[in-house]
Amino acid sequence: MKKNTKNNDTVINEGAVVIRKSTWKKMLEAWQLYVLIALPVIYIIIFNYIPMLGVQIAFKNFLPRKGIWGSPFIGFDHFVEFISYPQFWQYFFNTIRISVYSLCASFPIPIILALGLNVMRCKAYKKTVQMLTYMPHFISVVVLVSILTQFFNPHVGLFANICKTLGVTYTDTPMAKAAAFPHLYVWSGVWQNMGWSTIIYLAALSSADVETTEAALIDGATRFQRLRYIDFPTIVPTAIIILIMDFGKIMSIGFEKVLLLQNNLNIETAEVITTYSYKLGFGTTGDGYRRYDYSTAISLFNSVINLVLIVTVNKISSKVSETSLW
Amino acid sequence: MALSKKKNTAIKDCASDKVFYAIVNVIMFVILLIVLVPILNVIASSFSSGEAVSAGKVGLWPVNPTLEGYKAVFKYDDIMTGFKNSVIYTVFGTIIHVVMTLLCAYPLSRADMPFRDRLMFLFSFTMLFGGGIIPTYLLMESLGIINTRWAILIPGSISVYNMIVTRTNFQQIPKELLEAAKIDGCSDFRFFATMVLPLSKAIIAVITLFYAVGLWNVYFHATIYLTKMELQPLQVILKNILIANQQNADALTGDGDAERANFQDLIKYALIMVASVPVWCVYPFVQKFFVQGVMVGSIKG
Repeated sequence: MKKNTKNNDTVINEGAVVIRKSTWKKMLEAWQLYVLIALPVIYIIIFNYIPMLGVQIAFKNFLPRKGIWGSPFIGFDHFVEFISYPQFWQYFFNTIRISVYSLCASFPIPIILALGLNVMRCKAYKKTVQMLTYMPHFISVVVLVSILTQFFNPHVGLFANICKTLGVTYTDTPMAKAAAFPHLYVWSGVWQNMGWSTIIYLAALSSADVETTEAALIDGATRFQRLRYIDFPTIVPTAIIILIMDFGKIMSIGFEKVLLLQNNLNIETAEVITTYSYKLGFGTTGDGYRRYDYSTAISLFNSVINLVLIVTVNKISSKVSETSLW
Repeated sequence: MALSKKKNTAIKDCASDKVFYAIVNVIMFVILLIVLVPILNVIASSFSSGEAVSAGKVGLWPVNPTLEGYKAVFKYDDIMTGFKNSVIYTVFGTIIHVVMTLLCAYPLSRADMPFRDRLMFLFSFTMLFGGGIIPTYLLMESLGIINTRWAILIPGSISVYNMIVTRTNFQQIPKELLEAAKIDGCSDFRFFATMVLPLSKAIIAVITLFYAVGLWNVYFHATIYLTKMELQPLQVILKNILIANQQNADALTGDGDAERANFQDLIKYALIMVASVPVWCVYPFVQKFFVQGVMVGSIKG
């Protein structure tokens, strides 16, 4: 007993001392934490911050011989070249079209699905729906595009099969149509991720206030009324966070998938800013010439729009609804 | 919870509720069908005979079931190399990524570490802005890891999103535990290894799965950082055969032209399965922990 009290005393004393400790002393005390985080800090500096310094080649005439720092500075020439490029607006609108369409489709559907799952009373059925709708989330982009190609294949695909049964003629695959590209891109994304995206909403729903639900039950609220007035408001803050994060991705959305879905026949709607930048950088635009500096300028242009978007949306959201990312 | 209570207190469903539940169940069934039909078709086709697939006869059930598609796939050297590489990248890459993420998340979860918020900003800023493909490529070139396995294993070691999710979980460990351990003279190293990690099995399972799936599915990085055929992961080989429709598919098949044509589509379905089944076998085991894997928490706190 006595020992115990003494221990407690020292704790209190220590607590009092801690407040007055200098930052330097606190750092010394936490040295083991700094040791733990040392490797991650070195990693992030090398792999994320050094490339950020490399962004300067967007303002330079990059000469491999002279390197990133030694190449001559040319100002905003690359940006001017890109904006005055005849197809600039086409690529810009392709990007906006795909991402806004994608946002409009892939944002509400998981919410509806999660609300539905939350209503279901048969546990086994609910669990089955959950597990099976997660499946497409785990396949790679390459496999997703392969499944699409095979599904719409006019000779062997299931879609052709269905059309035959229904007596509809189906000859051209939408994979080769420019007008079909945004739909293919967006709805394959919805198919792949709608199940997975419900998780975060289901987590929010499980923390719904039990007392409110009970009160509503006593007052004779129907299940639909409870969905409308209890479940739905519960997930609104989560939905806002997801929306902010989605806005931040608007300019960079699904780059690999766009690249894999592209072909000569749909390039008119399928070329977006990021894929164009990639092609310039890795010399697949035709002339085989790698334009590192120009490519970096285009991708910088893209990231700056992204950054401005996410910061703005976050600001608006924290003012209007008091929900924000940071 | 509330629902079972509802039954116990014997408040009967009103008619409109019954209709509502029925509508929801039907909608869920339709969604389930939409998700499953394309997958079932791939599974059924991969087990069918080459002729049936090429004639477009396969629906949701195999026609003339055989394993010839899979046999052909596993006979092909490039696919086996890709498979082996993908296993290497997934196993070693996941170990590196998970260890780095845990090392990063724990100190950042400790409010008593000076400069924690600044360090946190160092990491979270990379979610908002990055150097882009070319500067990263130039960096990798100057580090000399282009065309080595390190080009896949090291970059992406810390997904800041996963790190924040892990940190949020670490923050839920009661502070009293750390205080009690400190009094007993426990070091931060030991507390991390013997208390924090065993208490965080769920989140470790989830981020392990996330990283493993990401590495198994790695495609784009491999195409830009690796040019040597013997280093390519499975997804790149798949892309060459499935989407680019290269000649490789011919090499897979028998001698006769007719036989070859019959085989080509079958092999594609079998390949899709080979690339996806490993992941499908694993995720249901981790499924109950997924919720922990999406609780982002706040960047500041």
